[in-house]
Amino acid sequence: MATSAPAGLAPEAGPPPSRLARFLDSDLLASFRRSRLAMAAFAATVLFFALALLAPWISPQNPYDPAQLELMNANLPPIWAGDGQAPFWIGTDDQGRDVLSAVFYGMRLSLIVGVLGVAVSGLIGIGLGLVAGYAGGWVDTAIMRVADVQLTFPAILIALIVDGVAKAALGGHMDANAQIALIVLAIGLSFWVQYARTVRGSVMVEKNKDYVQAGRLIGLSAPVILTRHILPNVTGPVFVIATINLALAIITEATLSFLGTGLPETMPSLGTLIRTGNRFLFSGEWWIVAFPGLALAGLVLAINLLGDWLRDALNPKLQ
Amino acid sequence: MLAFILRRVLQSVGVLLAVGLIAFAMFRFAGDPVNQLVAPDTPYAERLQIRQSLGLDDPVLVQFARYAGNALRGRFGNSYQFRQPVSTLLAERMPATLELALCATVFALVVGILMGVYSALHRDGALAKLLQAVSLVGVSLPTFLIGILLIFLFSVTLGWLPSYGRGDTVRLGWWTTGFLTASGLRALVLPSITLGLFQMTLIMRLVRAEMLEVLRTDYIRFARARGLTTRSIHFGHALKNTLVPVITVAGLQLGSIIAFSIITETVFQWPGMGLLFVQAVQNVDVPIMAAYLLLVALIFVSINLVVDLLYTVVDPRLRLSVRRAA
Repeated sequence: MATSAPAGLAPEAGPPPSRLARFLDSDLLASFRRSRLAMAAFAATVLFFALALLAPWISPQNPYDPAQLELMNANLPPIWAGDGQAPFWIGTDDQGRDVLSAVFYGMRLSLIVGVLGVAVSGLIGIGLGLVAGYAGGWVDTAIMRVADVQLTFPAILIALIVDGVAKAALGGHMDANAQIALIVLAIGLSFWVQYARTVRGSVMVEKNKDYVQAGRLIGLSAPVILTRHILPNVTGPVFVIATINLALAIITEATLSFLGTGLPETMPSLGTLIRTGNRFLFSGEWWIVAFPGLALAGLVLAINLLGDWLRDALNPKLQ
Repeated sequence: MLAFILRRVLQSVGVLLAVGLIAFAMFRFAGDPVNQLVAPDTPYAERLQIRQSLGLDDPVLVQFARYAGNALRGRFGNSYQFRQPVSTLLAERMPATLELALCATVFALVVGILMGVYSALHRDGALAKLLQAVSLVGVSLPTFLIGILLIFLFSVTLGWLPSYGRGDTVRLGWWTTGFLTASGLRALVLPSITLGLFQMTLIMRLVRAEMLEVLRTDYIRFARARGLTTRSIHFGHALKNTLVPVITVAGLQLGSIIAFSIITETVFQWPGMGLLFVQAVQNVDVPIMAAYLLLVALIFVSINLVVDLLYTVVDPRLRLSVRRAA
């Protein structure tokens, strides 16, 4: 695994193609081909991502263009329930908005926030983990003490507090993009600890190996050694955490939106859709909340199953 | 031993101070408090006087010390939305949250242990496999979705149980309880299940794994050889030895239950501290947010401290290593 040659000389040429070839030949792929559950979860995840990415092109209408909404079409039930009408396969909400389109667009937002949140928490966590593991001493102690303290509180609470503090700081007046950025930041700050601890542990093992000593000997700076030489060797577990955390990030965003501190109703994610749809549960319009709920449950379950499989496949000791 | 306790207590105080600093910083982020107190056309000199009388001109450290001192005496200022002392609001809402948390914990323990024992004893039975699958799905689903599902099933469709509020409560001194009326008890059912479901699956998996482990040991085999009844082997000998980790986990999860009651209380419009906090976040009501933050931090830190100290009391091996380390 270790990059043996001093890679500072020809960095761009070597690794990428061989890494792909290695991946195609790996135990990971073999294990994937054996597990039906993993393949089903992967297929479902890809399907959800495709639906979300293609939402603007495959949705029957743009649910946030007021010109396309007809109040005449309000509260239509799903197509199989008698009164349903053709383009609205799973019904409409109180403003005549197509629920299917709203779900596709909402899924898009949920996935964008989830992926960005995982990216931010990964960046923070990997960065701090690398520094803590490599530097050691008081830097390590300081970072890990903060991590320990944060780990005693549930992530959702931290995300709520980050959200609340930021709102207090900005006075509560924000446009939709600022709110997306805020939620991404809240998720990033809630989930970095796991990455930091894992990466730190791996770095402490790696930094005593020969290739790192060799790198130091030829005068490479600490940032170069960390990012080009140690980082590639500690990423395995990070992918597992990232997959599982994607599900957690999506749940966190949905929960914040459901609590009314997440994405606004003008730009609804699945959580916001469930929040607004919840009002209609008692008047019998169950489809307004049921389908966003199903989409969220399916999305999270698929990603979770994929993450579980990935963890077991990469870590045979756990089985 | 004393050094260890002292160090852990000092650490806990450090955490609380850090959380207090964050809570205090929230007020400073939220803008000039004088603006919220006076009319927009108040002259500068008058504003300056108010600033001085509120102590806002003092050094930051002095202000923080004053805030911490007030917080220690339970004074968190007035809520912006309710115009009432935060401590009064929290005290009013606390019984609702604690009763809900208690019911959720009892539900999680009782049902979780029963299901765990069953699925360990009938490992290959259809029902046990079903329980495992359901627990996997249950862990994946967000809490609020489970709550909505329960409301849809038992309130909207079947009409058996209320979907929001606490029902009728009885006042005992400053404590209001829902345990003494039929409607109060009925109102507790759905929120408790929603809140306790995650912990229930956790306990079920733990008990199952521990039971499978214990059932393989020699003393169970000897108990069987001695001709004891299966009932007394399973419950008197096997289950008893699985309970130590279960109680630890349940204790540590108590903090999570109180934190997650934020979500459950919102779904069921349960008038507890969590709902108060969510409304405070929505309305940028800083005094409530700060006080809730401190309260939750206090609960978490105390639980962790007590569990850590109990460990050393319960497990002699730990005590030894602590003594060696200290």
